[in-house]
Formats: sequence, structure tokens, C-alpha cells
Amino acid sequence: MTMTMSKEAFGGNASPWVSRIAMAAIHFFILVLFLQNVTADTWSSIIGLLFAHLYSVVALTYWSRIERTPAGDTVVVALTLEFVLVAIIFWDRASAWPWSTMFGLALVQICAFAAVRYWKELRGAPASAWFGLIVILIYVMVAATAPIIAPFGETEIVGSEYDVWSNKHLLGTDNLGRDMFTRIIYGGRNTVGIAFATTVLAFVLGGLAGLLAAAMRGWVDQILGRSVDILMAIPSFIFALLILTIVGTSVPSLILVIGILDATRVFRLARAVSMNVVVLEFVEAASLRGEGLWWIIRSEILPNILPPLVAEFGLRFCFVFLFLSSLSFLGLGIQPPTADWGSMVRDNATLITYGDITPLLPAAAIALLTVGVNFVVDWFLHKASGLKD
Amino acid sequence: MSQIGKMVAQRLALGLLTLFIVSLIIFGCVELLPGNFAQEMLGRGATPETVAAFNRELGLDLPPHERYVNWLFDMLQGDFGRSLANQREISELLGIRLQNTLFLAAVAAVIAIPLAVSLGILAALYRDSIFDRGVNAMTLTAISFPEFFVAYVLIIVLGVTLNLFPAISNISEELGFWEKVYRTALPALTMTLVILAYVMRMTRAAIINLLASPYIEMARLKGLRPGRIILKHALPNALAPIINVVVLNLAYLVVGVVLVEVVFVYPGLGQLLVDSVAKRDIPVVQACSLVFAATYVLLNLLADVLSIMSNPRLLHPR
Amino acid sequence: MNDATIGEVILDMRGLRIEGRSDEIWHEIVHGIDVTLHRGEVLGLIGESGAGKSTIGLAAMGFARDGCRISGGSIMFDGVDLAKASDDGLRQLRGSRIAYVAQSAAAAFNPAHKLIDQYCEAPVQHGIMPRAEAESDAIDLYRRLQLPGPDTIGFRYPHQVSGGQLQRAMTAMAMACRPDLIVFDEPTTALDVTTQIEVLSAIREIVRQFNTAAIYITHDLAVVSQMADRIMVLRHGNLVEEGETRGMIEDPQKDYTRDLLAVRTFRKDTADSPGADMPLLRVEGVSAAYGKVPVLYDVSMDIHRKRTVAVVGESGSGKSTMARVITGLLPPSQGQVFYDGLPLPLDHRKRNKDEKRRLQMIYQMPDTAINPRQRVSAIIGRPLEFYLGLRGADRTARVRELLEMIELDPDEFIDRYPGELSGGQKQRVCIARALAAEPELIICDEVTSALDQLVAEEILKLLQRLQDELGLAYMFITHDLATVRAIADEIVVMLQGKIVEQGPKQQVLSPPHHEYTELLLSSVPEMDPDWLDNLLDDRQGENA
Repeated sequence: MTMTMSKEAFGGNASPWVSRIAMAAIHFFILVLFLQNVTADTWSSIIGLLFAHLYSVVALTYWSRIERTPAGDTVVVALTLEFVLVAIIFWDRASAWPWSTMFGLALVQICAFAAVRYWKELRGAPASAWFGLIVILIYVMVAATAPIIAPFGETEIVGSEYDVWSNKHLLGTDNLGRDMFTRIIYGGRNTVGIAFATTVLAFVLGGLAGLLAAAMRGWVDQILGRSVDILMAIPSFIFALLILTIVGTSVPSLILVIGILDATRVFRLARAVSMNVVVLEFVEAASLRGEGLWWIIRSEILPNILPPLVAEFGLRFCFVFLFLSSLSFLGLGIQPPTADWGSMVRDNATLITYGDITPLLPAAAIALLTVGVNFVVDWFLHKASGLKD
Repeated sequence: MSQIGKMVAQRLALGLLTLFIVSLIIFGCVELLPGNFAQEMLGRGATPETVAAFNRELGLDLPPHERYVNWLFDMLQGDFGRSLANQREISELLGIRLQNTLFLAAVAAVIAIPLAVSLGILAALYRDSIFDRGVNAMTLTAISFPEFFVAYVLIIVLGVTLNLFPAISNISEELGFWEKVYRTALPALTMTLVILAYVMRMTRAAIINLLASPYIEMARLKGLRPGRIILKHALPNALAPIINVVVLNLAYLVVGVVLVEVVFVYPGLGQLLVDSVAKRDIPVVQACSLVFAATYVLLNLLADVLSIMSNPRLLHPR
Repeated sequence: MNDATIGEVILDMRGLRIEGRSDEIWHEIVHGIDVTLHRGEVLGLIGESGAGKSTIGLAAMGFARDGCRISGGSIMFDGVDLAKASDDGLRQLRGSRIAYVAQSAAAAFNPAHKLIDQYCEAPVQHGIMPRAEAESDAIDLYRRLQLPGPDTIGFRYPHQVSGGQLQRAMTAMAMACRPDLIVFDEPTTALDVTTQIEVLSAIREIVRQFNTAAIYITHDLAVVSQMADRIMVLRHGNLVEEGETRGMIEDPQKDYTRDLLAVRTFRKDTADSPGADMPLLRVEGVSAAYGKVPVLYDVSMDIHRKRTVAVVGESGSGKSTMARVITGLLPPSQGQVFYDGLPLPLDHRKRNKDEKRRLQMIYQMPDTAINPRQRVSAIIGRPLEFYLGLRGADRTARVRELLEMIELDPDEFIDRYPGELSGGQKQRVCIARALAAEPELIICDEVTSALDQLVAEEILKLLQRLQDELGLAYMFITHDLATVRAIADEIVVMLQGKIVEQGPKQQVLSPPHHEYTELLLSSVPEMDPDWLDNLLDDRQGENA
């Protein structure tokens, strides 16, 4: 089934005209969004248009690759149109932040695609995994569309200090009189975004190094392995504190320092799982055939270690996220006035001694996301271990 | 025994080497400090003379390798230099703080480790039961929480609402032992919750990993009781990973206290480190980092040596 | 063996059904089997993998592995239905009245405890005898099983004792409570042929002495015919045939049994002796070592075009190291390898594409020899692209040709992943991958030993046909003399890193033999129930 479908022209064969009309409509919507906003700046409008085209092409190509059913098409089209409708209703906000709108739209479509594509697996997922998936989805959507959802500006002072919960300020105000709800929404965007970027960096560095060490062995493995041993001999939190004291706590240095420290752990895992694959005969066969290092890594090793690496990505993201929040909580992470969940807890901690739980909300938000990711990873690992072929 | 002796000696040598390199890194990090250290410390208004005097006082006018050797030897003799912030002897400052931190870690360890290991064994024994699933979900949740979240929830529930324990763990030397325990209850409980989850999950996983092995099947086919199978057949072989995770969590107890100490304003080493970082009191940061790193390296070493010693193949060579 | 010792029924399984779980769904894997066993009788369960023989053996103890469950039928053991018994009731029977001997003793002994501690566990825990008595009993049994140093061997740890000895120690452990029934689950499969003999005779001796009933599970009809009074042939969880051993061997009723019996009778047509032409591959005075441990000592051999050289030896003989030296994975410390008269670079990384193409390799484990994440088309297509520059439609056409050559339907198999192939099919894909390079010499490293006998035979026939059609030369590394007899033109016998004898097949296989070749040849079990007795008598005679 899958094979013959993918050979069809893009759009598949389930209900080609519905999908094409829907896609054309979205394309048009994006164009309007851009033309409306960036007429003042020719360059950014050109780049924006290019981006919009690129995005449509990628989305359509991907859509044509997945196994299509009328029900699946309906889900994708319905969800997408729903988003567009919401965006049109809040046209003022949506058109004021075209990037956020577009990013949100792309996310909705990706999620809808993924849901249709992996529906068989998802249907069998336990409640905890569903819970985790929904939590992650909400967080990502909120992070993507933060400016649209948030009632106030990120650093805008809109009331007196420590206002209580009210209709105007859903969760009250903070120690400087900024809207708590707004700060939580932006905080999610900042903390999640930085943690994600850091994890990606850690994976690119650590994963590549681990694969190289396993594939080349010999002195490359020795040198990389020993350096990582040394780096890991120092407790990472202390090490991070020490280095951040010296290089300062700007966002790039945070990402770089935590990313490198965390890459050591990714290295260990990537090397260990690759080693298990490298010793198998098909890798030996490939190297006897005369294949180059890059081929062996990309075609022989990588596809076989993907499941544990994906799971590890989830776990490492949680770790980095907690790490970053802890640093911010100590005042050594993301610096004010940027909103961030860790420092929000710290700034408003005084309220806790009066039994007010408002400062705990950002902490709870952190906890909720890590729990969600952990649940999903747990399910994924369970599935991956059960799917040995 | 000679093989084991050789391996242990090798690990010890490696551990010492690691300590040495770690000290080098900690020293080197400060060297990398952009700009002139003295200038930065003394502020923009400092005259060249005061800067020179400052440098001389701290020995900063010497070449780096000499300074490193001096620094290392001073450290080894317990002379950590003086704090830049308040000019006090750092060793004095560290001594009492380290004591407090170790006290807190010990209280947490005494509660957490036996509890975690036995819960892990129970969960493995009754795996896939409601008990196991419940414990699994709970621990998964617990390790997902940031420490300060756990800490504040405990403060609100046990400290503020129920008023059982003090929300601020202010301890000093004059206090009696039980008074100290009482005051450290909340931070200790926080850390207990965090490591409980880790140790328990790892213990359970280590044992369950082994349950599929042929010698466990053999033990079942010999008609042994489930309890005996777990304790007598699985546990001895799961010792290495369990010891490892226990010791690593001990290391965490000592090193990871930073946040917990800050939340509860506990006068430990972590609190000192964070304060000094905020004040950019470099010599104190260096000293604290070194003490933490040394503890960590030594505990890792201990884990290594203990897991070598628990391997029957190495213990009883051919 | 005779009717006098066979008493009343001890085990009676009726309509036994067992289900296994895969992908969260239960599938029946044993479809209603009846097994009856009398006191003192040895029943052989035989079949290929997936026949359900181990599962049935374990069910005789009321035990099902994780992911399996007994779903129907009754298991009457001495008046108790094990299928319905409580966990406690089962536990009291296991180890005391029904015992188990596992396939790999090295894995089934707990590495953390001494042999004698593990021996004493069952009798003491079941309250049959106190510890001291159990210990002296253990030493007595160790002696009867002819273990060296019976007084002290029990005080060693499992890793301090060799495989054959461990297997005997495990038999002793099973005997500890003098059970009524012992289940032997392929007890000699992991052992070398020469060790197998010792274990087989020890097991048979002790079972006879105590008049214990036994279920003997194996895939090897020749082995089971030495051990069992009665044989049940199983296939896919069904009974094929059941009968007295001698009767079944001499006059099998079913085709499948006949096939199993006929296995190992395949012989290639004897080829002419090698011409005086230049050998395709010449190994000259090669010594090699893993680190500081020497594995090969001054080994020399020739392989001529269109001929098959079988390298035979037991584990640790260095035969696989030979393959690693020739392929360049392990550069030798001394000596040279010549290909077509020219010296071949010793390190494979220094060989050029053509040198690599002409020398291909097929591995023992087809499961790990092909990438589970690549489709068959990619696995076979890659060497075509890499060596011959074939792309697109040309490549696909050639892959289809190769699939036809190895007797797999291209339409059906070209898009499959290895997980969707059986063991034999995977090995065929491995062969096709080697063929894709259009080689002159293929090194086959134990290519049939991970496969069921009937499948292995098909693979051998396929390899032979390919040799006839394509004029390939094979270097065939194996521990199995039946394979050697089937396919070799020339034989190289190896022992502990040295060649003890080499020459054309007829010469090596007919007397006079080298001493070790003799031992090796005589240790291969034959389909004759009297073979073990005769052999032991012979060896006894020689020693006397």
C-alpha cells in the first residue's frame, strides 16, 4: 500500500482535490499575512515569501509521502482550517506577529500529519503517554504563539507589586508589577527554547563524537573517551557555575557551556550504543567492501541506534531544562528582564512563606513538562524494546 | 587476588591523576578570565599602584605554572587563601560549611538509601503488579520535578500549613544533635525524595535485567521461593550496578545540595558557593569547586573499586 | 533400556496447548500434544527450531517462559495435574521430583556461587537432606560423573570450570534430589564434538544407574538415537511421528522424518585433483596473534579456482582467525598472502577496490550479517553500485537476477526487511550480496551452523550449484565434519592454531589418519543406536 501510494503524484490518491484546495488556501493565507505586514521592508518581505513557498513545498511533499485515508485528510484539513479561522478571528494579533502565526500554523500541520501517520501506534498508547503528548503539544503551541496569546508585553509593568489574582491579571502580578500570566507564557517560550537549542547542540556534538569514536576506534576513541572522562569527573552543576562565573551568563554562553557539558553524556551513550552495532558483522562487511567512514556511520550505524538516541533526546532535554531552571533559580541562568520560569520562582519566593502558591506555578509548569516528556519517553522505550525484529 | 589488586591500584592511580587534572582545570578556568583580574576586582577607579599591590599580595605577578604549584601546595596544606569579599581565611569558612553539608547529606542518605534499595527489590519482586506500577509512576514523576519545586511544596505543606518543621534550616554548632536533625528535616526530606526515585528505579532495573538470565530460570526450576531467587540469585549479580548508583547518589547528595541549601538558607558549602559566585569572590569559588570536585571524584573512585570487588569473576580468578 | 526397568506411567500430558505472545497477541505454538513417559524411560523430543520441543519440555515441569502460557490440556505428573497446580505446589515438585538440565551450563550456573552451594540448594531448601549430607552426596555424584578432582571441583566457581565439566556438574545438580524425571534441554549442543561424547556417556550412565525417567530434547537425530528409548518427532508444535528409537531410525513412516534422517547424506560430485595451475589464493607461513596471545602458528595452504577447501577444527583451533587474516581484518605478524600469484596487502584498508571485490565473505550469523534497517534491494544493490557502478533500473534488474539465482522470488522479496525473512532466507540474501560483487573466491565462515539441518542442507546445495555455474572457489570454515564430507574437495584440519593434516578429501577421510583427525572423525555421532556403545567399547579397548 505504502509503496504504491508514495509513487503517486503529490497529493496522494485519497481525495487529491480536497488536499490541494486546502493547501492552496493556506498558501494564500500566508501570502496575505506577509504582504499585509512587511510591505515596509522589501527584503524581509522577499525572504518571508521565499520561506512561505519553501514551507508549502515541504508540507506538500511530506503529505504526499504518508499513507493517506479520507479520515486522515479530514483531520489535517480540519485542524489546519481551524487554526486559520482562529487566526482570522484574532486578525489584529495574528497579523501583528506573522512569524508566530506562521510557526503555529506549521506546527499544527506537522502535528496533524504526525497524528495521521502514526495513528496505529498512537491508538495503542497508554493514558500516561497521551497525557505527555498533549502536554508537550500545548507547551510547544504556547511557546510558538506566545505574543498572540499573552495579554501584555513580556517586560511591561502593568500594575502594582504582588497584585492578587483578578480578571485583569489572571494570576496577579510579580515583584515588579508585571503580569504573571504573561510572564509564564513568555517564560515557557524562553526556557523551552533555550533548553531545546542546548539539547540540540549537545546531541550534534556528543552524538557525532560518539559515532566517530565508535566507528574509528583506536586513538580517536582513546582521546575523545579520556577527555570526556575528565570533563565528567567534575560535577557538572559545579563546573557550570564555575565557568559561568568566568564567562558571564549571556544566553549564547549558557547554551554553549551547558551544551558542551551535556554533550559528554550524549557521547557516552552514543558511543556505547554504536559500539554494540559496530561489532556486528554487517558493519564489518561494509568496511571489508571498502565503504568509507561516512557511509558506515550514516547507513549502517545511525539507523540502528536511532531509537535509543531519540529516547535519550527526551531525557537529556528534561535534564537540560531542569539544569537551566536551577541555574536561573540561583540567579545565574537567564538574566532579567527576560522572563524565565526558574528566576520567576526565585523573584517571588517571598510569597511562599505567606502560603501563596503563585510563585510555585512556574515551578509546576517546569515539572509538568518534564513529567510529560518522561512519560512519552517511557512509552517510546517500552515500544522500542518490544519491537525487536 | 593479584588481578583485583592490580585493577584497584590502577583505578586509584587513575583517580589521583584525575584529581590532578581537575585541579588544573579549575585553576586554568580562572586564568581564562577575560581582562585583568585585579582591575576587575578593584573596579575602574583603581590606580596602577593599587593593582600592582593587589597582584603582589595574591602572587598574581608570578608566571602561571609557578602560581599553580604554589596554589596546589597551599591547598594540600589546608591553606586555601583568603576570601576577597571579607578577607577571612577560606579554610575556616569551608571547614564548618563542609561539616554542615556532610551532616545534611548523611541525614538524607540514612533515610533514603536503605529505603530506596528495599523498595527497588520489592518492586522487582512484584513487578507488573499494582504496587510496581504505582511506584513506577510516582518515581518517574518525582525525578521530573525540579528540586526547588519539591522543596517549596514541602515548605508549604509541612512548613507553613501543618507547621511541623521549620521552613528555614538555620543550624549552628551549639545545637544538640536531635535539634539539628529536626531543623534539617525539610532539606533532608527534599533530597531523600529526589534520590529515592533514582536509586529505586535503578535497583529495580538492575534486578529485572537479570531476571531473564538462564541462571534465574534455573533457580525457578529448582523450585526456590521467589524471595530467595531475588535475594540469593539476582541480588549478588546486580550488586555492581546498585553500588554504582548508590555511590553516585551519595555524590549527588554532597554536590547537588546547592539548590536545596539555597532554598532552605542552610549554611552549607553550596550556599557559600552560590553567594561567592554572585559576589565573584574567585578564590572562594575555586576552593569550593575543588572541594566538591574532589568529593565527587573520590566517590566515583569508590564506586569503581567497589564494583570491581563485587564481581565474582574477578574475586575468584581461575 | 529393556522393558524390565520401565515401570508405571510417571508423566502423562494430554492435549497440551501452549500459546506465545507476540505484538500483544497470543498465538498457539503447541497444538495439542500427547506425551506419555514411564518410570526409567528416556524419551527423545526432536525437531527443528520452532518445533516447540523446549516449550513442551518445560511444560513437563508445569513451567512456561515469560511471554508463553499453557492454554489447554492436562499435565499429570504422578497423580498431580501440573497445569492446574498452585504455584506452591509446583515449586515443591520442581527441583525435588522433576529436575532440569539447561542447554548452556555456563549461563545456567549462577556466577556468584560455588558449584557445590548451588548443588546443595535444592535438597536443603526442599528439606530432603541437611547440608553436610548433601555435600558428601555431591562429591559422590561428581565422582560417578567422572569429573576430575571430585572432592574439590565443587568448591570452584562456574567460570573456573570448563564447559563439558560444567554440563556434567549440572547433571549432578539435577540428580541431587534423586528426581523421578529430568528434562535435558539440548545439553550438548553448545559443546565441541569431542567433549560431547564425554557428556553424553556420563548422562546416559547416571540416568541408567538411578533408573530416572528423562526427556531428552535435541535437534540432532544422531545424538538422540544414542540416548532415547523412544522418539517423538515434532514440527511447528505438532507431532509428526512417534516410535521406538531403533524402529524409527530403521523404518521411518513420515516424509519429514525421512528428510531428517537423510540429512547429511548430500555429497558433491568428486572433483578432479587440482591442476598444476597457479593457486588462486596462497597462504604462506602465516602466524597471527590477538594482542599478545598467539592464535596461528606458521600456517600455509592453497586454494585453487573452482575448488572448495574445507578448514575444519574445534573452537579455539584458529580456523576463523584464518579467515580474518585472509580478508585483511587481522594482519598477520609473519607470512604472506598471495592472490593470483601477487602478494595481497595484509591490511584490508590498503587493498584496492578490485582486490576487495574478488574476495567476498559470508558469515555464520545471518541475523547480524545484514543490516536490519535496509531492504533486501539495498543490501544486494549496494555492492552492485559500489563495485560495478550499476544504478537505477540496471541495478534493480541485476538485484532481481541475483534473487532468482538464490531461489527467492524477486517480486516477493525485493522490498522486504531482514526482520521479515527466515534464517535460511537471510543466509541466501547474504550469499546474493557476496555474488553481487562477482567474486572469484568466497570465504564461508560456519555459514550453516546457525541454521536448522534441513535448511543448512539446502544452503549447501545452493552453494554447490553456484560453484558449478559460476566457477567460484570456496574456503569453507566449519566445525562440522558432515558439512566437510558434503562439500569439500580438499580438507585442512586445524588444532590449536596449527594445521595437523591437509590434503584432498579422499586422502584425509580415509585411514591412516592423523591421531586428532581420527578422534574428530570418530566423535561425530551416527544414526545408529549402538554407535556410542561401540565407540566407548573401542576406546576402552585401546586404553586397556
